[in-house]
Amino acid sequence: MFENYPILSLITFLPLLGAALLMVVTKFAGEDGRAQMEKNAPRVALAVSAVVFVLALVLTLDFDSAKAGFQFVEDTPWLGGGIDYRLGVDGISVLFVLLTAFLTPLCILASERSIKTRMIEYMVAFLILETLMIGTFVALDLVLFYLFFEAVLIPMFIIIGVWGGKNRVYASYKFFLYTLLGSVLMLAAIIWIYNFSGQQLGAPTTNIETLINDLKIPGGIQTWLWLAFFASFAVKMPMWPVHTWLPDAHVEAPTAGSVILAGILLKLGGYGFLRFSLTMFPNASLELAPLIFWMSVIAIIYTSLVAYRQNDIKKLIAYSSVAHMGFVTMGIFAFNSQGIQGGIYQMLSHGIISGALFFCVGVIYDRMHTREIAFYGGLVKSMPVFAAFLMLFTMANVGLPGTSGFVGEILTMVGAYQVSPWIAAGAALGMILSAVYALHLYREVIFGEQTNEKLNDITDMNRREVLILAPLAIMTIILGVYPSLITDITSASVENLIANFNAATATAGN
Amino acid sequence: MLQTISLFAPQLVLAFFASQLLSTGAFAKKDISVGVRYFAVGVLVLYAVIGFILGQPTGTAFKGALVVDSYSHYMNFFLGMSAAAALMFSKSFFQTEKLDRFEFSVLVLYCTLGMSIMVSANTLLALYIGIEMQSLALYVMAAFNRDSLRASESGLKYFVLGALSSGLLLYGASLIYGFTGSLEFARIAEVVSEGATPGIIAGMVFLLCGLAFKISAAPFHMWTPDVYEGSPTPVTGFFAAAPKFAAMALIARLLVGPFGDITTQWQQVIIVLAVLSMFVGAIGALTQTNIKRLMAYSSIANMGYALVALSAGTEAGVKGMLIFMSIYVITVIGIFACILQMRIRNGMVEQISDLAGLSKSNRGLAIILTIFMFSVMGIPPLLGFFGKFFAFVPAMEAGLTWLVVLALVASVIGAFYYLRLVKIMWGDENENEFVQAPKTLRGLAVITALLVFPLLLLPMVSIPAQSLISQAAASLF
Repeated sequence: MFENYPILSLITFLPLLGAALLMVVTKFAGEDGRAQMEKNAPRVALAVSAVVFVLALVLTLDFDSAKAGFQFVEDTPWLGGGIDYRLGVDGISVLFVLLTAFLTPLCILASERSIKTRMIEYMVAFLILETLMIGTFVALDLVLFYLFFEAVLIPMFIIIGVWGGKNRVYASYKFFLYTLLGSVLMLAAIIWIYNFSGQQLGAPTTNIETLINDLKIPGGIQTWLWLAFFASFAVKMPMWPVHTWLPDAHVEAPTAGSVILAGILLKLGGYGFLRFSLTMFPNASLELAPLIFWMSVIAIIYTSLVAYRQNDIKKLIAYSSVAHMGFVTMGIFAFNSQGIQGGIYQMLSHGIISGALFFCVGVIYDRMHTREIAFYGGLVKSMPVFAAFLMLFTMANVGLPGTSGFVGEILTMVGAYQVSPWIAAGAALGMILSAVYALHLYREVIFGEQTNEKLNDITDMNRREVLILAPLAIMTIILGVYPSLITDITSASVENLIANFNAATATAGN
Repeated sequence: MLQTISLFAPQLVLAFFASQLLSTGAFAKKDISVGVRYFAVGVLVLYAVIGFILGQPTGTAFKGALVVDSYSHYMNFFLGMSAAAALMFSKSFFQTEKLDRFEFSVLVLYCTLGMSIMVSANTLLALYIGIEMQSLALYVMAAFNRDSLRASESGLKYFVLGALSSGLLLYGASLIYGFTGSLEFARIAEVVSEGATPGIIAGMVFLLCGLAFKISAAPFHMWTPDVYEGSPTPVTGFFAAAPKFAAMALIARLLVGPFGDITTQWQQVIIVLAVLSMFVGAIGALTQTNIKRLMAYSSIANMGYALVALSAGTEAGVKGMLIFMSIYVITVIGIFACILQMRIRNGMVEQISDLAGLSKSNRGLAIILTIFMFSVMGIPPLLGFFGKFFAFVPAMEAGLTWLVVLALVASVIGAFYYLRLVKIMWGDENENEFVQAPKTLRGLAVITALLVFPLLLLPMVSIPAQSLISQAAASLF
């Protein structure tokens, strides 16, 4: 259907065009038009992101899930020297594009009321962010991928730094410098690979397909390169012990910023592992898998315990994100189809659930301007609808069967069990702990006596908020009861990935 | 005859019009500084493009003293354009400070003439003449605001240290002359290829030390922050751009030309300079409160990155250096065009804290300056990232992986202070009302910002530009 149209470029750059349009119109609107623009900016942004969502949906429907390779490929010369503009999606990336396009309009909808200052800039930053996130998932050139991957820092730094909470400066610096330090090591590895491809393949290239299929990197160096990529993805993911930037960033970021951070940005790390670590450095991945396993299990148990001790709702959810990302890494590095399918599933489901949880926090934060757990209590009487939504998402976060969280966790655990039962047992312990902190949070906030007088006038969710949370709730349940919606799309690519991985590691073993 | 003239037409254009403007100005009855400035800009643009108009002739002129090749054409183009930009952005500053004298434009022309001789130098004598011609003009420009104590101090400081570096350079040149018996690069290269004696190596190191002063590479960077801070701001902007590029280009020509056969000898020197510069620049900038001092440390660090590219000692290395420096010069011009726009009632903005709330008082400027900050930080998709990328690729290719990793770590440290500027612009509360900036400055800032993103990244621009640079780099080998 789209053979002759650059649909991926369109999806990627449409938000950027929208942002440029907003800026140009504001520039020419003058001072009088500015107030009007402040009001209209969210609508324009919403319209643009809605179009992007429709396009992404059409793309996913048109995607041929029987094929393992990249589809909708675009290839144009760009910088010369083998660095070209290449886009394409396979079963692994197409759903992340859809997830991004799905969450962004909701974020924009949520921000229209909760953001009080500089609405135009906020919307511009969000649209640019959408372009960069989608670009990361569709890039088929290593330099192009790095470009999008790293550029995400700019709008995110500004979103946290300008619209964040009290401690926003510290949080935004920490976020930026932490991730930058991780990424530059990956950049060093990318430069090395670029040069090496010139030596081995005759002409240097950063074409991801060529690199994956043709480049044979010797064993010892693979480990170094793997570690360099790992530095970047582990920080992004974030894995214990480099996760400390995440709670700070989450607490200070505005609601929509947290949603994007938890929903999409954390997935860039997991996507990176799948796309690069497993394919380009299979032997190093196999060799270092135990390290990942232990880091994942420590993350799952340790951060669950830490989450239980938090006073701040957002911090609690942030730590729970780290724990859930532990399931993802554990699944991916099990190198079997359940594990990897589960990893992808867990990422998509966590994108929806954690996004929804942060929206829920935003709902009460907008009313009371505090996220302290002790402040709340007995909300079930005054906010029944809210209580129902929060119940669903809390249960999904715990991994209750029937919700999408369950599928992801059980798949990753089945995958990990085949490699090491101990690891799976550790993860199972983590699941119990996740019930401990999540139910603790729910009880403290929703049930009990309402002792705080300030909560007397709190109102239930309005229509806009229901409109935001309803799609997320529906998706949580649909994905919980009908997992093959996702696994059908991903399976061909995942099987292909595993076949290549096994072939590569088998030859190296001899 | 005509052939020879076409070879050094760029220098001829500059020399002729500079003298003409000087005598016109000296005998003019009234103040003609405005006219001279525009005329000088025209001359610089003509200088920049004349090599291309004449079809890029190649050869040597003045009995081999000057060499004209793709490399010098490319450099002439860039130097001319950046000098013209510097002249344009100095206009409003000098007018409001009541410093507008026609001599400034003439000095820029002479300085550019010096630079054009530097990048075409084919003997040690031409090299020295070029450097001195450029430097003398720069000393005067640094002290151009002669009633200001700080400007005079910076001019004097610059002069004394510059004279010291010239001394080192001449000493190195004399050693090389003594051990090779020639001043010509070609002849030196022949002697060096037969085996480098310690005398030649010592001479080369002295030469490099003298040149390191000019690019303000650590540990020869001490003058930079003081001179940058003391000089009038447009002059600082000029210092930071074209002369740095010219000196860097000269170093490249010197290293791969006469000393091309002893790469391993000079590689160590360049690596030491690079590492020191990157870290002195990155760490030194952390505590600065003055924008111009910050830019001084930033330029020290950036010279380090350019030297990383050169340290590869290959054609790709020279190409990487050219790409990096071209992008650096564009960015610096843009940044100074922004800084010069920020005028508050009682003078120019010089303290970083004065930028507070810029995003509210002047949104367009804040966006542009933010783009430049992320670009010098080396964050994609801005051009600065590609500068670093192409500078580090050849170093990695030459097996200097650890140097590249160090460079990347230094750039993370450096990111901190650029981020601080962004944070102050966007996060802090508004304190200052800025005076409306003149159109030329705004235009210049917008054009350079568009070059940084996205114009130079479009395939139809990036591919021809790259082939031009490749050609320039290839002509050295």
